[in-house]
Amino acid sequence: MNSILKNPLVQRTMFWLATTLVLVFFMFPLYWLVISSFKVRGDVTLTPPTLFPFVQFQPTLDNYIDILTTTRGGTTVASPFIGALVNSILISGTATLVAVLLGTLAAYAFSRFRIPSEGNLMFFILSTRMLPPIVVIIPIFLMFSNLGLRNSFVGLTLLYVTAGLPFVVWMMKGFFDEIPREYEDAAMMDGYSRIEAVWKIVIPEAIPAMLSTAVFVLITAWNEFIFALRLNPDKFSTVPPYLVTVIGYGRPEWARMAATSVIFLLPIVIFTVLVRNHLLRGVTFGAVRR
Amino acid sequence: MEKQLEQFSDVNAQQLVRPPTRRRFRWLTDRLLVNIFLWPTFLLLLFITVFPLVWSLYLSFTSYSPKRDSVWTAAPWVGFQNYAELLADKDIWARFTTSAAVVVPTVLFEFLLGFGVAFLFSRQFKGRSFITTAILIPMMLTTVVVGLFWRFMLQADIGIVNYFIHDIFGFPAVFWLTDTKAALASLVLVDAWQWTPFVFLISLAGLSAVPKYLYEAAEVDRASGWFKFRHITLPLISPLLLIAIIFRLMDTYKLFDLVWVLTNGGGSTNTKIVPSYLYEIAFGSLDIGKASALGYIMLVVIIALANILVRVLNQLKTESDK
Repeated sequence: MNSILKNPLVQRTMFWLATTLVLVFFMFPLYWLVISSFKVRGDVTLTPPTLFPFVQFQPTLDNYIDILTTTRGGTTVASPFIGALVNSILISGTATLVAVLLGTLAAYAFSRFRIPSEGNLMFFILSTRMLPPIVVIIPIFLMFSNLGLRNSFVGLTLLYVTAGLPFVVWMMKGFFDEIPREYEDAAMMDGYSRIEAVWKIVIPEAIPAMLSTAVFVLITAWNEFIFALRLNPDKFSTVPPYLVTVIGYGRPEWARMAATSVIFLLPIVIFTVLVRNHLLRGVTFGAVRR
Repeated sequence: MEKQLEQFSDVNAQQLVRPPTRRRFRWLTDRLLVNIFLWPTFLLLLFITVFPLVWSLYLSFTSYSPKRDSVWTAAPWVGFQNYAELLADKDIWARFTTSAAVVVPTVLFEFLLGFGVAFLFSRQFKGRSFITTAILIPMMLTTVVVGLFWRFMLQADIGIVNYFIHDIFGFPAVFWLTDTKAALASLVLVDAWQWTPFVFLISLAGLSAVPKYLYEAAEVDRASGWFKFRHITLPLISPLLLIAIIFRLMDTYKLFDLVWVLTNGGGSTNTKIVPSYLYEIAFGSLDIGKASALGYIMLVVIIALANILVRVLNQLKTESDK
């Protein structure tokens, strides 16, 4: 038995068998989602299911056209989904921009200056990120109701900025700690003031780090559900609540659900591939670097 | 002659570096700069996180009702009544038990599978980086969307999962989303599908960071595979694994979106975990005081977890800085 297991051919076969199983487990649901989005409405619930496009069924773009347009009074106009998508893009985009900007400045201060009880402050920043959203949503809901920030662009954006800030501060502090101080010191010796050195030397050096940090903030805001659901139910509603309440309610139309999901998830997949080398750093708040 | 030389070097120096003609932004001292850099971040955190939390603490001692009370008037103070009621309530213990019944198997499953796959992929092979990236995609996806398409796949009649279980392998069909026990298993399955990649990623990083020479040295001493794993690999990667586990513990404990989509908040299938229950008290029965109190009970648990996490993170940081 032992000798069979030691056989390189057997070992290689077992390895690829296990790898295939793993790949099927993680990739099949996505494959199934994508091909379902190209089926005609009745075909998604067929038994036995059709698994291979072109062989078993003719792919169609009907679902995509269906969710992107609606006919109103005889003319074709953009659907409510487009509206939600635009809200998603604007809100998470703005939030990301602001969070990365503010968080980067704070991270620079933490990295370069002596700040009293720095450890405690950094812990405080991190701890706000650990809060269960369900706990803070009650007071925020009441607060935003009274400030007129419900169903507004500013309210949800502000919330996503605050949700992204702790992450940006921790990530960017890690990156700044890696940029040698000597760069700015040399520039300041030459007569630059601190702010000029930051702007002309440090920031250009930190741009790649800021971009990959931004991707994580963007995806987090893009994916957020419960605040969007409770705070912006009527106006400036983003895609996740739209998907659940409009498409996933009652007896859902699976084909349309699949097409909507594919459109919404595609940017995430692209961005994930772009930052694949920073994923480890990203999911551990910059603590694990290798 | 000397004068000439001096002039010459002066010109040269000017052409070479050209420092700013006069020092601008002199008024922007380092101390001022620190304040400008830090305050926006802290103001936002104070306004959107700390203030709501403090207010929530206050509300947990009142019987605030959004229908009756305005925010500007003091709500009726009830002291510890909300907490006493919650702790005496059998239902709340059932919710915490359900939470544990979701959290523990989920984290265990994610840990075993994630570490197993990382161990499988810890050696070089063709297509490794491509396959690794592909496997990591699920953890970045929108949870409610993941819940939606798994709900599609787990449908008892038309779902593809039951097609494989029943039509291909001949086992009885499982009522994934409606049967009490199966619904719990569905939650575990879907969360594991999405988050095993997270454990996998961290484990893989840990495994590839173990120095090769340690294994070579053990090889010379004819150590067994198990010995190498137990005495070299495990001690070196355990801090990282601990990070992964604590992160997953905290996140599954907070889990809300998935339950909402997969089992409609868990009411009919007995998968109502603490966050779903809290949501129901707050937005269903509008009992803000009680919901806030339950929120604080949840917080105590998560603060303890976060404390351990930060300690591990800091320890790791000082180690990697060495």
